[in-house]
Amino acid sequence: MNAVTTVFRKEVLENLRDRRVVFSALVFGVLLAPIIFALTTTLMSKRLIRDQDRPLKLPVVGVEHAPNLMNFLKENGADIVAVDLTESSAMAAVRSGERDFVLIVPDTYGDKLKTGGSAPLDFIVDTSNSGTSSGANRAQRLLNAYGQQLATLRLLVRGVSPEVLQPIDVRTLDIATPAGRSLLILGMMTYFCFMSMLMGGFYLAIDTTAGERERGSLEPLLSLPISREALILGKILATSAYMAVSLLLTLIAFSIVLLFVPLEALGMSANFGPRIVLSIFAIMVTFVPVGAGLMTIVASFTRSNREAQTWLSFVMMIPMAPVLFAVVNNTKPSVPLMAIPSLSQHLIATGLMRGDQIALGHVAASLASTLLLGALLIWVATRLYRREAILG
Amino acid sequence: MIVVEGLRKRFGTVQALHDVSFTAANGRITGLLGHNGAGKSTTLRILSTVIRTDEGRALVDGSDCATESLQVRRSLGVLPHASGLYPHLSGRENIHYYARLHGLPEDQVGPATAMLIERLGLSEVVDRRAKGYSQGERLKVSLARALIHKPRTVILDEPTNGLDVNAVRMLRELIRELRTSGCCVLFSSHVMQEVAALCDDIVIIAHGRVVVSGTPEQILAATHTTDLEEAFVRAADGVAA
Repeated sequence: MNAVTTVFRKEVLENLRDRRVVFSALVFGVLLAPIIFALTTTLMSKRLIRDQDRPLKLPVVGVEHAPNLMNFLKENGADIVAVDLTESSAMAAVRSGERDFVLIVPDTYGDKLKTGGSAPLDFIVDTSNSGTSSGANRAQRLLNAYGQQLATLRLLVRGVSPEVLQPIDVRTLDIATPAGRSLLILGMMTYFCFMSMLMGGFYLAIDTTAGERERGSLEPLLSLPISREALILGKILATSAYMAVSLLLTLIAFSIVLLFVPLEALGMSANFGPRIVLSIFAIMVTFVPVGAGLMTIVASFTRSNREAQTWLSFVMMIPMAPVLFAVVNNTKPSVPLMAIPSLSQHLIATGLMRGDQIALGHVAASLASTLLLGALLIWVATRLYRREAILG
Repeated sequence: MIVVEGLRKRFGTVQALHDVSFTAANGRITGLLGHNGAGKSTTLRILSTVIRTDEGRALVDGSDCATESLQVRRSLGVLPHASGLYPHLSGRENIHYYARLHGLPEDQVGPATAMLIERLGLSEVVDRRAKGYSQGERLKVSLARALIHKPRTVILDEPTNGLDVNAVRMLRELIRELRTSGCCVLFSSHVMQEVAALCDDIVIIAHGRVVVSGTPEQILAATHTTDLEEAFVRAADGVAA
């Protein structure tokens, strides 16, 4: 049997028996990300649904001054709670959080309306409290709608078309597809995928280099009649295999989780059928040689297991940084960006989830730059293994 | 057959070897004797082609360790200082791994391993994970691993360190068997009794130089004493003074 295959098989088998490796590569990363994802989206949609269905509870001071307004509010789903507060005590109640907001109808309200003036209403709200903002917005929208209704009536009475008051009519046409709207959340998914892919190879990269040296098994291994290139290649292949399997399992876990997450309630939908999962896997797996090469290089510089872990935790962030940047800035794909490994996989994968047509040129550029960098890193790793200092 | 001529090796600011020359013949046991840090391990590492010498040359069966390292590694069996077994693999899997890396045909891996398991009395432990092995069990498996390809030249780096009496006896017996079968055996130690009990030839090394070498009788004559222990101390410290 070929030396590369022998080394590969032994590393795969040995690490499969290491509980720490299996846990971090095949359980932790694979399950953690989809679970976090499911929890956050479920919580978000639950809150959204709750806010929509809950009747608006509106505390009002001076209900008796505006019977028509109260009727309008009640008809539109508001639950009027008559309270007896002064302006300052109402403010204190909102500030302390005892009330979300308070509407005050001053006693001059009725007179001003009758004389055709502008009737005052005080709406006390704390805009810095994000928890109450959706209720406050609903209340304000209702009040504005009532005002609009009164204005229309007044104009009609004077024989003027209400359109006078609407010199422009802005219509908002939302072209976001449901899948497009879920992008911020789904964008985080490629981040999680990279994360679990790298975690999948993390301990192997360490164990096959720094670990082997620390245990004293590297020296007898190097005195065997095989080339050091074959040795390191077998090890990198084993690391790559673990990374690829971690990635595939994570994607499958995601696709299962997405079946149960009420994305539609958030006005989103995800393109995550088996075909898309496989395409995303095919795109992202091209990053595996880069990750495996990078981690192996770093691990072969370090003197011990512990040192390797410290360094690798930092180095793992390098490929993640462009992805995070792109998620936050909602970066659009372009050919120059496709030259950046990890970013290019992220952009293509999110495009696939969004249901976009993927430009073949983009895929080619991504593939070429990523595989080239991967080959370069692996070459560097084999050079490092030829040094005497590899023995530590 | 090992021929070492004028080895020099420097690690950073430390000159580990100044001038090391000796010969270890086939069918004989040669002991490399020296205090800790005298340069024994460095010499053995150059022979096993893991590191390269700065000057001089080392030949194993006529192949140069620097330029024909693959050929050298094929004919060499190395028992390292640390056992270096893989803890998550069983003893048998550890041996199989080395058998395959030595290029043994797949149909010979099993039988060759079985023979060594029987010879070393390993059958009870060989299918357990190496993690739980005792010192003696680890040594036996490492030995099996080093001998799996029937090497002509066997190098052992301080093999008796930390072993109990039974394991040491077993090891000596095995080394003598290797001599009988015509192997060249080179082993390092810092204990004179160890070397005296076993070796046909002794090479005493101190501060990176060979100070005296030959049969035990020749060494006694050269150091003007009748006690090998005393001979070692005189030879090793004579250089330092």
